Amino acid sequence: MVDRPLSPVLVPFEALGRWASRIVVSVGRFGTFMALALATIVSPPFKFRAFVDRIDYIGFRSLLIILLTGAFTGMVLGLQIYMTLSRFGSEAFLGPAVALSLIRELGPVLSALMVTGRAGSALTAEIGIMRITEQIDALTVMALNPFRSLVVPSILAGVVTFPLMTALFDVVGIFGGYLVGVELLGLSQGTYFGEMQTFVDMRDIMTGFWKSLSFGIVVTWVCTYKGFHAGHGAEGVARATTQAVVLSSVLILVWDYFLGTVLP
Amino acid sequence: MIKVEGLTKSFGAQRVLRGVDLEVPDASITVIIGRSGGGKSVFLKHLLGLVRPDGGRVVVDGVDVTTLRGGAMDRVRERYGVVFQGGALFDSLTCAGNVAFPLREKTRLTRAQIAERVATGLARVGLADVGAKYPAEVSGGMRKRVAIARALVTEPAIVFFDEPTTGLDPILVNTIHGLIVELHRRLRFTAVMVSHEIPEIFQIADSVAMLHEGRIVEVGPPDVIQASANPIVQQFIRGEPEART
Repeated sequence: MVDRPLSPVLVPFEALGRWASRIVVSVGRFGTFMALALATIVSPPFKFRAFVDRIDYIGFRSLLIILLTGAFTGMVLGLQIYMTLSRFGSEAFLGPAVALSLIRELGPVLSALMVTGRAGSALTAEIGIMRITEQIDALTVMALNPFRSLVVPSILAGVVTFPLMTALFDVVGIFGGYLVGVELLGLSQGTYFGEMQTFVDMRDIMTGFWKSLSFGIVVTWVCTYKGFHAGHGAEGVARATTQAVVLSSVLILVWDYFLGTVLP
Repeated sequence: MIKVEGLTKSFGAQRVLRGVDLEVPDASITVIIGRSGGGKSVFLKHLLGLVRPDGGRVVVDGVDVTTLRGGAMDRVRERYGVVFQGGALFDSLTCAGNVAFPLREKTRLTRAQIAERVATGLARVGLADVGAKYPAEVSGGMRKRVAIARALVTEPAIVFFDEPTTGLDPILVNTIHGLIVELHRRLRFTAVMVSHEIPEIFQIADSVAMLHEGRIVEVGPPDVIQASANPIVQQFIRGEPEART
């Protein structure tokens, strides 16, 4: 059968259809990738050594950036919120305002974005290079499941490290707010922490925990997927790394909004 | 024996394999030659089960591997050794670690037994003293030899070589070829090699198959291929450029 040229009127629709088809295929591949990872998680053996290595790679080596961004985020919050509250004579609420902002929103989101930039990009690049240098094929032909040694340890390490990183970010941020509010601007220490105890409850902490846990899954899922499907050569790895960081960051913000509407 | 029947594969509109038929006898060295982009690597990936064909069969010792998945395919692969074009050594492991890797992951050997097998494997390829070095710290020729040691350490029945001498100087090419022949004589594995090295491969192959535009256009012992009347084969083995139109 000979393809007839498409009417110019229909060309935009064809392009739209192609785009939609690509999106559906991509989503399907993402889903299949996660399904394979989940199937591998529940089937032995578990690569404990690789899991510990990934905790070091994703978590421990991100500590410095988390401490720095946590501290300065808390300090900026302390300063800005104090300025705003002082207009209404409500400086006493600085502690809970800083804590709630950090625990419910900024801690999970900013720490996830930071870990994505530092460890997520490196994860994609590492797996991408393994793909283009046939190291993943080498694992496969040795009858070793590459998901078991590369993907599963990364996703599980994300589940463990993201909440811990977030907790650290929150604590350091709260002390950053304390430094500005109490030590620089003269709010009393008792007011800062006392009001915090009154207004922050377990529900807020659990909201932050569920967010960070889900961000851990999303980031490691996206970054390992992109590395696993990196294109040819250095350009393919570079593109995969950029896509992994951009997609992870967008999904963190979208998922944060979604969770913000469903979690109490 | 490996038997390939009517293997076809397309990527989008590009037809890479158009019905490949080939038989690889046990304990032989079969070399697949052909121009770059002619589908040799894609063909090899079908034998390894890394790519699924659109049509046709790959039968390894009576089992059609194109229908196998998961654990069943892994059981076939446990009999394979593969030397990839770039070596595909794991950057994070030393050369000895790379050779030990399949033994550590797939066998119940003790550390001492693995160390002994690794030392033997590296000595066999003439690299007894590079075990502690990382792949990035050794030359391209050494990396290829470490890759050969890794592929053979499990004593596989079938070994695949994907252009094992690409990018090496003529002396190293002959060294690697000599090594493959020597190891083949000692271990009697079935070897399938993709190579461009003309005329060197005629000295090591039991059988040569020419893959051109997705089909095997000539197959036979080296002397038959060299005397072939097929102009495509003659053009390739003489390295004649294509006539300008």
